[in-house]
Amino acid sequence: MSEVLVVVEATAEFGVKKVTLEMLTIARELGSPSAVVLGGAGAAEALAGKLGEYGAEKIYAAEGDEIDGYLVAPKATVVADLVRRVQPAAVLLASSQEGKEIAARLAVKLDNGILTDVVGLTADGTATQVAFAGSTIVKSKVTRGLPLVTVRPNSVNPTSNATTAAVEQLTVAATDSDKLAKVVDRVAEQKGSRPELTEAGVVVAGGRGVGNADNFTLVEELADLLGGAVGASRAAVDSGFYPHQFQVGQTGKTVSPQLYLALGISGAIQHRAGMQTSKTIVAVNKDGEAPIFELADFGVVGDLFKIVPQAAEEIRKRK
Amino acid sequence: MNIVVLVKQVPDSGADRNLRTDDNTVDRGSANNVINEMDEYAIEEALKIKEAHGGEVTILTMGPDRATESIRKALSMGPDKAVHVMDDALHGSCAVATSKVLAAALGQLNADLVLCGSESTDGRVQVMPHMLAERLGVAALTGARKLTVDGATLTVERQTEEGYEVVTASTPAIVSVWDTINEPRYPSFKGIMAAKKKPVQTLSLADLGVAAGEVGFVGATSAVVEHSKRPPRSGGTKVTDEGSGGTQLVEFLATEKFV
Repeated sequence: MSEVLVVVEATAEFGVKKVTLEMLTIARELGSPSAVVLGGAGAAEALAGKLGEYGAEKIYAAEGDEIDGYLVAPKATVVADLVRRVQPAAVLLASSQEGKEIAARLAVKLDNGILTDVVGLTADGTATQVAFAGSTIVKSKVTRGLPLVTVRPNSVNPTSNATTAAVEQLTVAATDSDKLAKVVDRVAEQKGSRPELTEAGVVVAGGRGVGNADNFTLVEELADLLGGAVGASRAAVDSGFYPHQFQVGQTGKTVSPQLYLALGISGAIQHRAGMQTSKTIVAVNKDGEAPIFELADFGVVGDLFKIVPQAAEEIRKRK
Repeated sequence: MNIVVLVKQVPDSGADRNLRTDDNTVDRGSANNVINEMDEYAIEEALKIKEAHGGEVTILTMGPDRATESIRKALSMGPDKAVHVMDDALHGSCAVATSKVLAAALGQLNADLVLCGSESTDGRVQVMPHMLAERLGVAALTGARKLTVDGATLTVERQTEEGYEVVTASTPAIVSVWDTINEPRYPSFKGIMAAKKKPVQTLSLADLGVAAGEVGFVGATSAVVEHSKRPPRSGGTKVTDEGSGGTQLVEFLATEKFV
């Protein structure tokens, strides 16, 4: 069976990201999954257990400063060389900024088509994508080269299929033109213990109706009680209530959690673009005519400063 | 510094958008077509760099005839001139082919710095800066929330999920920007009037030395097989809080097994 390359997305804090496990799950339907770890020295060893648990039969590792010290380009060179060598049935990457960027370079290097924001992929290479803020469902295919797709987080349910994966170290042969964009510093910004926004099963988001930055503790409290991530509408971010990396919408993150709880968010198209494929949507807003209620499976019209503390108290009671 | 800003005309993301039923491309005919919002931040950043360091700002657009409106709009913010790549054969081009055409155009423009938005609001594919960098052999600094120019050295803060990275490169380079980088200016009346007289050069595929067979549907590396509108979400339950709204909300979450 042909190999299917899965380019691993992981963080120092959380290890292998859920989207990687989703990609391994998809890859098993297409062939024999091989994980590709691109990172600093020792990266693959730390991740091997988890990758094997989800069915990676082989792990390719490209590690070291040449990979970690520059933006994207050396990673693409390594993966392109690997594609030429093993002739995989498909290459899967995460639909994150970096995943898309590696895929972009691969597409040019290999003169190969590329499909992004894929939520499903069949054995014949037909990909399902969502377009225009989740309003349109598209079936598409790469018509030149192999299926090179980036997979959106929360697309499939990851299932385990334990194997023991052998690690093969790859030689990193980055060219001078791969080393033009040098990473000189990585700065972690405070985030706490909440799950990453695009991967979270539950997202609790606040909008303009939250009123100010201090009041966002209400949003955070509810998120923590539900084990979720915190999001914010553009109006809230523009007003300085919450940092930009938590913005959900057309010009922010796209999320697709099991539960999306919108607090004080009117539901402008800009916001809906980032969340309307969520499985269950719950909204609290004082304006009963707010468009968010058109999407909501359950909506409460009223004052969020009364409703949210009461809900938090009720959840505590039930725990 | 010679700066080129990539500008794409897109259907307004604030309105209903569709794919055409005949050839599966973006329906631009019935849409309100506007400058990709993200590109306005790139234009603003280019103008700020020009104001601080001198130089020239050129808009580069690939698109049909009607993209002219967006080019004039872009010029009204203050750039000096524009190049419009326009050719009937381009209709239906994929990202890979688009990058080939834009790279050929950039090859003629001799830019020190190419600026663009981090993504377009229609495709949201985010691949163009790295595709162009790969073709041109220059650095791509993507997802900038801050850009500093010091002679030929560029430094950006790149937003990541954990925080940010500080990345440097020398010109020539491509930088894509997020909407946190600045606040785009509104065109002044004077700017709008001046834009009408600014030079817009039109280039065809032949001018760029790209064969028609490499672009459009013929040269596409991927294809849409079919598309459909997602059915609208059916109306849920809406209650008005009369003192127990929070409890009712949690009862709903409990029936859905979230608590």
